[in-house]
Amino acid sequence: MAVRRLAEDQPGSFAFTPENVVWAKREIGKFPEGRQASAVLALLWRAQEQHDGWLPEPAIRHVADFLDMPHIRVLEIATFYTMFNLEPVGEYFVQLCGTTPCMLCGANGLKEVCRRVIGPQRQVTEDGKLSWLEVECLGACCNAPMVQINQDYYEDLTPESFEALLHDLRVGRPVKPGPQVDRSCSAPITGPTTLLDEGLYKGRANGRAVAQKPATPKPAAKAVENKPAAKPAARKEQPETPAVALASPDRPKSLDAPNGGIPDDLKKISGIGPKIEVLLHGLGIYHFGQIAEWNDENKAWVDGYLKFKGRIDREDWISQAKTLVKGDA
Amino acid sequence: MMLADKDRIFTNLYGYHDWGLEGAKARGQWDGTAGFIKNGRDWIIDEVKKSGLRGRGGAGFPTGLKWSFMPKESDGRPHYLVVNADESEPGTCKDREIMRNDPHHLVEGCLLAGFAMAAHAGYIYIRGEYIHERHRLQAAIDQAYDAGLLGKNAAGSGWDFDLYLAHGAGAYICGEETALIESLEGKKGMPRLKPPFPANCGLYGCPTTVNNVETIAVVPEILRRGSEWFVGLGRPNNSGTKLFCISGHVNAPCNVEEEMGISFRELIDRHCGGVRGGFDNLLAVIPGGSSVPVVPADQIIDSPMDFDSLRDLKSGLGTAAVIVMDKSTDIIRAIARISYFYKHESCGQCTPCREGTGWMWRVVSRMAEGRAQKREIDMLLEVTKQVEGHTICALGDAAAWPVQGLIRHFRHEIEARIDDYAANPHPEPIREAAE
Repeated sequence: MAVRRLAEDQPGSFAFTPENVVWAKREIGKFPEGRQASAVLALLWRAQEQHDGWLPEPAIRHVADFLDMPHIRVLEIATFYTMFNLEPVGEYFVQLCGTTPCMLCGANGLKEVCRRVIGPQRQVTEDGKLSWLEVECLGACCNAPMVQINQDYYEDLTPESFEALLHDLRVGRPVKPGPQVDRSCSAPITGPTTLLDEGLYKGRANGRAVAQKPATPKPAAKAVENKPAAKPAARKEQPETPAVALASPDRPKSLDAPNGGIPDDLKKISGIGPKIEVLLHGLGIYHFGQIAEWNDENKAWVDGYLKFKGRIDREDWISQAKTLVKGDA
Repeated sequence: MMLADKDRIFTNLYGYHDWGLEGAKARGQWDGTAGFIKNGRDWIIDEVKKSGLRGRGGAGFPTGLKWSFMPKESDGRPHYLVVNADESEPGTCKDREIMRNDPHHLVEGCLLAGFAMAAHAGYIYIRGEYIHERHRLQAAIDQAYDAGLLGKNAAGSGWDFDLYLAHGAGAYICGEETALIESLEGKKGMPRLKPPFPANCGLYGCPTTVNNVETIAVVPEILRRGSEWFVGLGRPNNSGTKLFCISGHVNAPCNVEEEMGISFRELIDRHCGGVRGGFDNLLAVIPGGSSVPVVPADQIIDSPMDFDSLRDLKSGLGTAAVIVMDKSTDIIRAIARISYFYKHESCGQCTPCREGTGWMWRVVSRMAEGRAQKREIDMLLEVTKQVEGHTICALGDAAAWPVQGLIRHFRHEIEARIDDYAANPHPEPIREAAE
């Protein structure tokens, strides 16, 4: 049980937008006649989405009237279910999983980052950008430690990558949801140990061995819910040989060894994991400064070499690298 | 012997392939669905019974038997299938992968299970935090409607079946079947007294069966390949394959589908790159989600991972969420955090749980610091016994078992910490458990 009360300052009124009214009626239609109360969680959630991520008291009354329920029944639901935020939250609301599996993998370190960068729990930063809350298991334990920011899960975090993530969100730089290391969903980081039999994927329809395109990174801004999940475009499996010629005028300048013998930690660039870092080292790229100086041809060449289909652009490595160069200087 | 890839059910577990209908069909799903329905209700239930499938949501109750509790003929009330996708047992993240990467297993399973229990409507209740998973699953349901696989004359079988997706809003307790039904009716998720059981009086007072996502999702494949195939995998009374979620101190945590009864050592070595620092560095394992008692290293290492073997270790397979802890773990703090979880998630309906979970958390937390008396250990054990079995639902038991497991196997740790604290001067006197 957690004590949950309504906020002191409440707005004067709340009403669903016309689009949300249409949506709400459709939601009620999922349930048998006279059972409209079943839609209460969905409607409260939609109200919270409409109202900057928190649920004010007038919205609770509005939903109760909409569903023909006594106000107190909806109020007790709003205080019972912990995803309803009863007080204002930051533009980016960080829910940090602190339960044992995440704790074992370093969630306490992430809490430290939150305290340092954001402040105490449930307190919105002065610029209104961030607030955080420790929550219970979010069900992504194989990718621990993790946080949920608005709708997106950010997984396999370290205090460093988490702090960089918070910074990126604050300054409005695009970030990549999902695992922050080089792995797909909850596959082992060392590569899958199962489902390697190609025969499984030569079905009768069209024997494609396809790999799913990595989800297009997008800012964690509150997207409108219920937009149909984009159908991932299937990508033909690439042959193992590099798709581009190694000796090309477009290839960025390479170094034989890092300057001073110490390479920069390229993993600081969101989108570069340990595997890609090794590949970049293989190309003689060791420093942020090198990446910052890539022209369009260089970028296209590396993109092709890594078989990325434009990921360097989407993750904007170059301006990330430029920022990191400034940070180093 | 490792499970062969061809015997795996969830062939898109990691999302490398197309999750959609076309991809699902290419991987063999939605094949012969109408034929199974034409074989009749009794045939489906019989096949599921013969397969030995036990519920994948934690309790391990035989699925075919559960389905057979539904009334054979409707007495005028509709029947409902409810799928429990409120995955929130700490350590568990398997249903998420099914719903986002291979959702058609679940959608097809809903049609077959719905038919087997004479239900024309099914509800999937997904936890509120899984927002992208919800959109993905809804998209899969929409695809199935567009292709005529749901709705009137679903998949050309002559059976009408509608499938709806509802969501929760952050309450662990809604994973309990009657609390889930309450929540689906638009109330606080407080468990109901049983009897009456949901099969008699469930959603809206109508006959209802609640099943876990994984349970429903494996049914189509069992029917397609035959119950003998499923029985041939695993061990007697623990048949088939299972999704294991391995988290914590292993080199490569992951979800993986393996044969029931695989040994712990093999599971970790083969798929997770071993324990961090080697097996000698293993301290303890929680083998089935936070609700089951912890098992120390020497007992678990060569134990088969299935319902009966782990029960014999006074633990359980639960949801097969394997939480691995190496010797760097402060085991008392790890269990104290679990106690905090139950304190946070108790619905507050029954006094032993509402008061007991908070009490246990405070005492275990003090013990983690060593700020306790040794006789309090027995007092704590006694309190866990008074919570266990005295509540409407199993959350009270689930809160008591981890603490019992801690005292059973790590009493020496607690005592050592108390001694250590007492040996050093502290300004604050040691308080006792009267709080």
